[in-house]
Amino acid sequence: MSSATALSWFARHELRLAWREWFAMMTGGRRKRARAAMIGLLFFAALLHVPAWAVIGRFADLQLPLDKSSLIVISATIFLAWTLMLSQAIESVTRVFYARADLDLIMSSPATLANLFSVRIAAIALTVTMMALLFSTPFIDVLVFGGGARWLAAFGVVIAMGLSAAAIAIAVTILLFRLIGPARTRFVAQILAAIIGAGFVIALQVAAIMSYGTLSRFTILTSGSVADYAPDVDSFWWWPARATMGDSEALLLLLALGLVLLGSVMAIFSGRFADTAIDAAAYGTSGRRRAKERPFRGGSRQQALRRKEFTLLWRDPWLISQTLMQLLYLVPPALLLWRSFADSSAALTLITPVIVMAAGQLAGGLAWLTISGEDAPDLVATAPLTPSSVIRAKIEVVLIAIAVIFCPLVAALAFASPFQAAVSAGAVIISAASATAIQLWFRVQARRSQFRRRQTSSRLATFAEAFSSIGWAASAALLLALPIAGLISGLITASLVAITWKFSPKRE
Amino acid sequence: MKLDNSALEVLGLTKRFDRLAVDNLDLTIHAGEFYALVGPNGAGKTTTLRMVAGLLRPDTGAVSIFGIDALQNPVAAKQVMAWVSDEPMIYDKLTPLEYLEFVAGLWGIAPSVSEPVAQELLSSLGLEPHRHERCEGFSKGMRQKVALAGALVHDPRLIILDEPLTGLDAVSARHVKSLLSDRVRAGCTVIMTTHILEVAERMADRIGVIASGRLVAEGTLTELRQQNGRADTSLEDLFIALVTLQEAA
Repeated sequence: MSSATALSWFARHELRLAWREWFAMMTGGRRKRARAAMIGLLFFAALLHVPAWAVIGRFADLQLPLDKSSLIVISATIFLAWTLMLSQAIESVTRVFYARADLDLIMSSPATLANLFSVRIAAIALTVTMMALLFSTPFIDVLVFGGGARWLAAFGVVIAMGLSAAAIAIAVTILLFRLIGPARTRFVAQILAAIIGAGFVIALQVAAIMSYGTLSRFTILTSGSVADYAPDVDSFWWWPARATMGDSEALLLLLALGLVLLGSVMAIFSGRFADTAIDAAAYGTSGRRRAKERPFRGGSRQQALRRKEFTLLWRDPWLISQTLMQLLYLVPPALLLWRSFADSSAALTLITPVIVMAAGQLAGGLAWLTISGEDAPDLVATAPLTPSSVIRAKIEVVLIAIAVIFCPLVAALAFASPFQAAVSAGAVIISAASATAIQLWFRVQARRSQFRRRQTSSRLATFAEAFSSIGWAASAALLLALPIAGLISGLITASLVAITWKFSPKRE
Repeated sequence: MKLDNSALEVLGLTKRFDRLAVDNLDLTIHAGEFYALVGPNGAGKTTTLRMVAGLLRPDTGAVSIFGIDALQNPVAAKQVMAWVSDEPMIYDKLTPLEYLEFVAGLWGIAPSVSEPVAQELLSSLGLEPHRHERCEGFSKGMRQKVALAGALVHDPRLIILDEPLTGLDAVSARHVKSLLSDRVRAGCTVIMTTHILEVAERMADRIGVIASGRLVAEGTLTELRQQNGRADTSLEDLFIALVTLQEAA
């Protein structure tokens, strides 16, 4: 087999694996669900056009040349999307390094490793770009429909962003390996991915709070002071914005830049990719973390179970990376709370839905880990405890963890507005309890390391959990502003949770 | 159900998945006995033991452990037994000592009793140098030994093991076998499935041969030979003859 044939064969192999992985993720690993999954996906894509229209529809008529303020808003939005892509790419690259999978087979084959890993790098870039295209399509559709075919250029910008994000993610991850070693890279890379993903939005919100006392990031982007510091309208910094709006020259330059960046990363790092992957694989058998010596602790059987769950949650790297972003989003409301402490500003009301939403999402993740993500199910099932006492201990762990995280925020809120604090506390409890209940009803046996894939086991549970968190957050906010509307919203959300229970799998 | 010195009494145990996995199985294992359950892949060995351990509910039948009805009173039955599966399921983020502390806690063993036992078990299984290391980097053999230590830390009267020697090196396998023999000498009952017939031949007091969900032969090695009229044959030859006969039927 010639080198070119071998490469194209390996590329096809990688694409087939990527397709099957994506397909399994969509169908939850059940081939019979393919049709339902495709219909669901199309419906979801169609549904996404509604919020896309609400968010971006009014910008469809924008024409070049633009003023500085518009360029800033568009560029910031593009940069935000790019940071999210970079965050996802860092996570994908880390996963590829640490998943041993077919590494032994590839490394023991007589093929040129640098070439094979170049293909693998390209596959990562393609995956990141495809995901970005999938999520950006409804927004671009809205712009094309409202403003004409010139907005189709935005697809090219998304491709350029995907290529550059993947290239930088690979470079960053390999450099992390070299600098801090495989033992710490996975953890640091996950933290980095979470910070990059949430960092830009949070930075804008923090700036808006400090300058204008509001959570709205657009306030800071459209402010005169930012426009004063921004480069001239013909600066290369605005290429992405201009390319999005149909400037073909800027678009070609961006695409070329993305390709050159990816090509350079392939040329420089494809050789090291193999070494890095070997290091990561070797870490699995050599890198061992030690715990402190301490005497055995007594207590009830449920206490033993709770202690185990707390220890595992504390030591779970996936949980940290997955929930760090949710916790980071609590920073701006906490800051707003601190800023508005004295003057009980109306902006303070915004804190409640953010807290309630975060509590629901976090409780869902924790509940999955404790209830479904049991790594030794046989041990727990053969222990002399009733199944109900096992479940009860696990639910207690979730609710205690939520209480520890959210009590300080609610307590601080109580000083500014006792009524709002009471509403927030109630909604946090209901939101966390609903998310936990949904995870309990739809529990499936899985390993904790499958946390990232928890959504694939039940689409209904995933949507129900998201809608329940959103619903309780909206109900709490409305209760503060318009109590009757809040009650109605609460009833609707409660009905939704009840319907979810009705559709949950029946158990003996 | 009759109460005698039986550690385990199984009557008419049946389980059907898409096909019949266990077919009206009767089995009695005496207290203090080392019993080996052998059979070809898919014969129903693991399904039988999982039903005994309370991991799977039988369609019909009864399971009694030291006179306790395991289906009616599973918590009491589980208190006196331990289960070790072929795939060691332990927590990657816990150290062996933390794992044993957790298991002892689940069985309600006082720390003053369980801690020295745990230290001794880890030492006898060669895990002492690793007792404070998280299990995430352990080999399959080491993980299997941690799981076995977990099964022994609460001093069960009945130990059920499904292929416990899979993935163990010769030294580790020797450790495990001698640990199990010690337990039997101390009065514990051991039921073990294995594909390594030599182990069954050497260690077991009695051997049960299961095929197509049915117990096709049972007894000491001598009894099995007598039953089949092959005085000097090995267990392997006996096993192949019995299984072939069952498959033909």
